[in-house]
Amino acid sequence: MLNSHERFFSVNGKRRILVVDDEAVNREMLRMILEDRYELLFAENGGEALTLMRDNAQLLSLVLLDLMMPVMNGFEVLDAVRSDDVLRRIPIIVLTSEKAAEVKSLEHGAQDFITKPYELPEVILARIRRIIELSEDSAIIQKTERDELTGLLNSEYFYRYVEQYDLHHPGQSMNAIVLNINHFHMVNELHGRAAGDALLKRVGTSLIDVIGRNGGIAGRKAGDEFLLYLPDTVDPDAIHIALSDVAVGSGRMTARLRMGVYADGDTSLEVERRFDRAKQAGDTLRSNYQKFIAFYDNALHEKALLNERLTNEFDAALKEGQFKVYYQPKYAVQGDKPVLTSAEALVRWDHPALGTVSPGVFISLFEQNGLIQRLDRYVWTAAAEQIRAWRDAFGVTLPVSVNVSRIDMYASDFIPFLAALTERCGLRPNDLYLEITESAYTENSKQLMETICALRELGFYIEMDDFGSGYSSLNMLSTIPIDALKLDMHFVRNMETDERSVRMLELIIDIADYFHVPAIAEGVETESQMLTLKKLGCAIIQGYYFSKPVPPERFEAFIRERRPSC
Amino acid sequence: MLTIETLRAFGANLEEALPRCLNNEAFYLRLVRMGAMDKNFALLNEAMERNDRKAAFEAAHALKGVLSNLALTPLVRPVSEITELLRHQAEADYAPLLKEINEQHAALLALIRE
Repeated sequence: MLNSHERFFSVNGKRRILVVDDEAVNREMLRMILEDRYELLFAENGGEALTLMRDNAQLLSLVLLDLMMPVMNGFEVLDAVRSDDVLRRIPIIVLTSEKAAEVKSLEHGAQDFITKPYELPEVILARIRRIIELSEDSAIIQKTERDELTGLLNSEYFYRYVEQYDLHHPGQSMNAIVLNINHFHMVNELHGRAAGDALLKRVGTSLIDVIGRNGGIAGRKAGDEFLLYLPDTVDPDAIHIALSDVAVGSGRMTARLRMGVYADGDTSLEVERRFDRAKQAGDTLRSNYQKFIAFYDNALHEKALLNERLTNEFDAALKEGQFKVYYQPKYAVQGDKPVLTSAEALVRWDHPALGTVSPGVFISLFEQNGLIQRLDRYVWTAAAEQIRAWRDAFGVTLPVSVNVSRIDMYASDFIPFLAALTERCGLRPNDLYLEITESAYTENSKQLMETICALRELGFYIEMDDFGSGYSSLNMLSTIPIDALKLDMHFVRNMETDERSVRMLELIIDIADYFHVPAIAEGVETESQMLTLKKLGCAIIQGYYFSKPVPPERFEAFIRERRPSC
Repeated sequence: MLTIETLRAFGANLEEALPRCLNNEAFYLRLVRMGAMDKNFALLNEAMERNDRKAAFEAAHALKGVLSNLALTPLVRPVSEITELLRHQAEADYAPLLKEINEQHAALLALIRE
């Protein structure tokens, strides 16, 4: 065992021992006994000893320390060592002739004692070897058990210690807490890696403090994630406040911590699962700038399970055609009679087991995990083919608008895909309207702007969706290329109860007018809404007032209706 | 002359001391010479003269350690006794003990000088 550690702990193959005794005879005797096996250093008093220990801290395997010395006796040396973070790792064997001193030296932190007059050399050597072995083993365990940067337990050991804690404290209500630093990668980017590390260390130290005062266990998982197992008598809020003070540190950076708490959990649940739930709760706060503590509840869990399931079943669903594309008609209302002018393609999920899954449930999920790209392309393809089918059947080219997510636009084959699609279906680019949400514009991405311009060059028609929900500036509006403005549904929903919504509508419709593009209102449900919008100058109306989204077969009725007035 | 035999005659416990020196006789003899020259002999006497029992205790204790390691029994016995008395700052007649220590010390020195 000793040999396998030699690589790490020895110099010239021999470990180094410091012998401290004020009497030359004693030093010489020990030299005789030890010098074959160990490299030796000598000191005659406590002060010298401490100096040599500090200078050789990384290389000393052991100190043999005489207790009775002038100036600074052995106990004082032991105490000085014990209170020093670096020195305390070096094991010390005390040399003493006093029985009373034996126990006292152990109490002061010595690992063992060797009596004077000296025992047989074999005995001395064996004791030394054993103490060194024990200390090295524990150093290795310490090394693997703890995260080097913060000194906290790493996650594997943390979980094991939590299990032990539960065994020793049955019935104690504990909170499982996961802490993260919001946007930690930004800290590294803006302030440098060293500052990021320093922040992590400060948080680690704070957590050690917290468990020091309250009991419990603290650990660090990778990156900026910390784990805390605390008695529930401690208010998580108080912890958060204390930690936040630390996180701000010198004040140069305002790092924010979010905490997910699985409160007084079911200890029959596996440790890792309890902390998973705490993490789930914490994750809901990722982009929340006002809330910093979240408690796990079952609804959250159900949602997480559902999301997991939907994600897993996406592939099969796509293949089996569980996704159905519906169409909602849009009417031009400025004339005497509303005229069908285009449709919006919307996707529904007819899940064999779950029934109809509303887009509200899966769209943002797929936007987060990227599956939206495949879904969107499926919808665009269906819509393009449908436009062609209707044209063949009715001789009418009814444009259909499809939703385009930001992620879609970042794909390198985005434009080629659309171009190929319209060509394959024998359509002009502007038969397939592209609805792009306002926040894509305000993201200020050069790449996005270039993509949109390129699309328009090719002849595509761009509708800006959810206008009024984002942060467009007025001068931005003058440079962006758009062909239609779709008003955010919020304004329509509130127009009859909130004066400001009506004013906003007026304003937006004026803006659209100014840019010579039609304004489209979505979510119109009543005739009075429709009439008001018409009066305000809104060009196109979409909503339950005319029709909810319907399958293509049902939509044909609207087309037939239009044909006579063509 | 300081030899193993003369030390044995002096009363040293060689069976105890030599193993500590890995049975290296020359080394043991060297250490005995060092021990005989230990300044604590003088310090003990000086301290007792000024009645500084604390300093005397420290000197005696240090000597006890060295002399025990060297198993110089005739010296170990009185030095140990005086150490215990001095540890408790006992009111006792230290003179006889001190005399014995000094006599045995002189005898040892004589062996070395011959």
